Amino acid sequence: MAKKINERIIETAIRISGFAVIAFVFLIFLFLLKDSLSLFRIYPLKGFIAGIRWLPISEPPSFGIIPLFMGSILVTVGAIMLCVPIGVATALFIAEVAPKNLKMILKSLIEILASIPSVVLGFIGIVWLGPFLKNTFHLTTGMCGLTGVCLLAFMALPTIISISEDALISVPRMYKEAAYGLGATRWQALWRVVLPAASSGIIAAAMLGIGRVIGETMVVMMVTGNSPIIPHSILQPLRTLTATIAGEMGETVGGSDHYYALFAVGLVLFVITFMLNFVADISLRKNRK
Amino acid sequence: MVEQQDVILKTINLNCFYGDQHVLRDVNLEVHRNEILGIIGPANSGKTTFLRAMNRLNSLHIQYCQKGVILLENQNQQDIDDASLRRKIGIIFAMPQVLPVTIYENVAYGPMVHGVRDKRKIEQIVEDSMKKAFVWDELKDRLRSPAVKLSGGQQQRLCIARTLAVEPDVILYDEPCSGLDPISTAKMEDTMELLAESYTQILVTNNTKQASRVSHRCAFFLMGEMVEIDQTQKLFTHPDDQRTDDYITGKFG
Amino acid sequence: MNGAKVREKIAFTLLGLITLLVVIPIVLIIYYVISRGWSVISWEFLTAAPRNGMKSGGIFPAIVGTVLLIVGTMAFSLPLGILSAIYLVEYARDNVFTRMIKLSVVNLSGIPSIVYGLFGFTLFVVFLQMGTSILAGSLTLAIMSLPVIITATKEALEAVPMTYREISLSLGATRWQTVRYCVLPYAIPGILTGTVLSLSRAAGETAPILFTVAAFYLPRLPHSVFDQAMALPYHLYVISTQVPNMPTELSFATGLVLIGLVCLMNLVSIILRSHYRKKKQW
Repeated sequence: MAKKINERIIETAIRISGFAVIAFVFLIFLFLLKDSLSLFRIYPLKGFIAGIRWLPISEPPSFGIIPLFMGSILVTVGAIMLCVPIGVATALFIAEVAPKNLKMILKSLIEILASIPSVVLGFIGIVWLGPFLKNTFHLTTGMCGLTGVCLLAFMALPTIISISEDALISVPRMYKEAAYGLGATRWQALWRVVLPAASSGIIAAAMLGIGRVIGETMVVMMVTGNSPIIPHSILQPLRTLTATIAGEMGETVGGSDHYYALFAVGLVLFVITFMLNFVADISLRKNRK
Repeated sequence: MVEQQDVILKTINLNCFYGDQHVLRDVNLEVHRNEILGIIGPANSGKTTFLRAMNRLNSLHIQYCQKGVILLENQNQQDIDDASLRRKIGIIFAMPQVLPVTIYENVAYGPMVHGVRDKRKIEQIVEDSMKKAFVWDELKDRLRSPAVKLSGGQQQRLCIARTLAVEPDVILYDEPCSGLDPISTAKMEDTMELLAESYTQILVTNNTKQASRVSHRCAFFLMGEMVEIDQTQKLFTHPDDQRTDDYITGKFG
Repeated sequence: MNGAKVREKIAFTLLGLITLLVVIPIVLIIYYVISRGWSVISWEFLTAAPRNGMKSGGIFPAIVGTVLLIVGTMAFSLPLGILSAIYLVEYARDNVFTRMIKLSVVNLSGIPSIVYGLFGFTLFVVFLQMGTSILAGSLTLAIMSLPVIITATKEALEAVPMTYREISLSLGATRWQTVRYCVLPYAIPGILTGTVLSLSRAAGETAPILFTVAAFYLPRLPHSVFDQAMALPYHLYVISTQVPNMPTELSFATGLVLIGLVCLMNLVSIILRSHYRKKKQW
């Protein structure tokens, strides 16, 4: 009988754990929502979503999210445009061209890159990449969007490469063989047959890459210059949604409108990444079929 | 042989479904204590589904559902919990399936999960079960070596020993010799005949010859229906149904 | 050589060059960090507290803080992650509830780390009144690590052949006994590999601990789980951006220790994986 009771306890624990996973997502959403709503009791929603000034400590304060949003969009678009082609090309090289030994070395290097903490890359950005870009392009400061874009693209590479590589590998062999049968070269088979067949997996890779870049905090906070104005070019200092939360949270007073505004920014981030992951999940599933 | 038989298992209007596929239709069948009941029929006739309905292994499949009644010793099978039911009705799978542990641990697994803690007692059970399955003499010196290294025939008899170790009343065989060579098959059949003294056995097989050699009674399944059931000798010489005749004479299947 | 062949040659060379473009910076960064940081690393640097406004001394409290966070994270996320993966693979049928769990796992894996930081702050630090503490930080990092652990465990469980479960169930074992004796033992390597990997990521994270654990400058060791603590990634952030006239060599050395710790954990996971792969019997 003791065995039965043990068993019931463990099964209950298993069920509760399954439930807890759902509960966490709801809790995160609820807690962000709760504090965000406190902002909108005292500050208009429209002013938050469409406001073009982020001046949290002036009098009266202005919590327009547009400059931060634009900052995030700018570095994200820049980083994705840089890293998706490079990442897919590298994935192609690793999956289809590189001999076995080289493949192993390349994959472990990519794994090392994936494991470098973002704060270390941010530091590298400060002491090396920033000054380097400043001198090369004769900028007024190296702490700008471009430095962030380069580092973020670099950071998103492991995600893009590994998911694209999986997608490329899972294309049925027959496709390639059929192309060879028609007299195609290896490259033609890759370009015309394998790559299109893996497209939904590559789209998913890009989506997850976007999610990774838009959510990255430390690198952008350390290297993009922290200036919450609408950026006109990638060479200007800017600030992202994530960096705003990380940078300003320490300076706010609990319960102030500034404090609540940062939660509203967090909620926006949550919703964006939620949707990105949802879409990525769907295209990954499509790829598997 | 006409006198009242001791019925151990009985199905009443058993219907089985996988999703919207109707796999078994209105099967009414009685299994007598300590007999070997052969079940023959072409592929996809529902034999295996019938077998796995007996110990509810079908229910592992997500889309499976079932109507009708199964009685085990006059008790509704649904009223018996999974663990006790499967302990009473053991099964031998088509391909020999051993766990990737030692020979000893394979046989000891059943008693262990049923709460036997005394090591001596488990050793005794292992020895007895392996003797009953006629593998003790071959394997007693290498109980601690991995079971996967054994030949297919030895593995299959080890599976029988493993089933016997939980003291079942009924043993189900799902095409137990399909992966074995003729000599191992002969050994399996000998083992089954000797076990018939104390166990009820149901043998699903594609091999009609095997059914005619081993079974006492035999049932013929076709497209989810039980066409007929009779004494093996009668079924194989004077079947009542034309379709049975066609199958055993090799016209299809 | 015809035109198609030439084009193939050009294309493959191009792919190789792009790959070089990816690989060279990785090697350069590692080399750069090692060459600038190595000279500072000494026994004292690893075992002494920071002094003189962090401009000299060591990083011992930060190392201890990070190790404590790893242990705390593991204590919460490992049981929770493994049990919920068991629920998904071994107990639940495919229903609305399991689909919601799977969707939640996908979403948890995508939430930005800074949002975890915010959440950890309102729930653990403020609402549950744990204060900025190792406990609050471990819980935050644990929730963040859950998706990786669940996914790895799920894959490891699914890789165990279905027949093992059938054998065990057919012998009258209960569901839990089947999981305990016939599934988990064979899934442990995969589970460990995934867990160590997720913990190594947690160890390098800064954003989630910004407001939940991190102490700017605390040259002593924490006394209990309710204490604040220094942590390596946060320490690197602080000394490289918040302290003026900081000797960069110290930052490089701190970065090197952090990379070393993370790579060590990855190495452990790789060794575990290959060790068990050799022993695999099925």
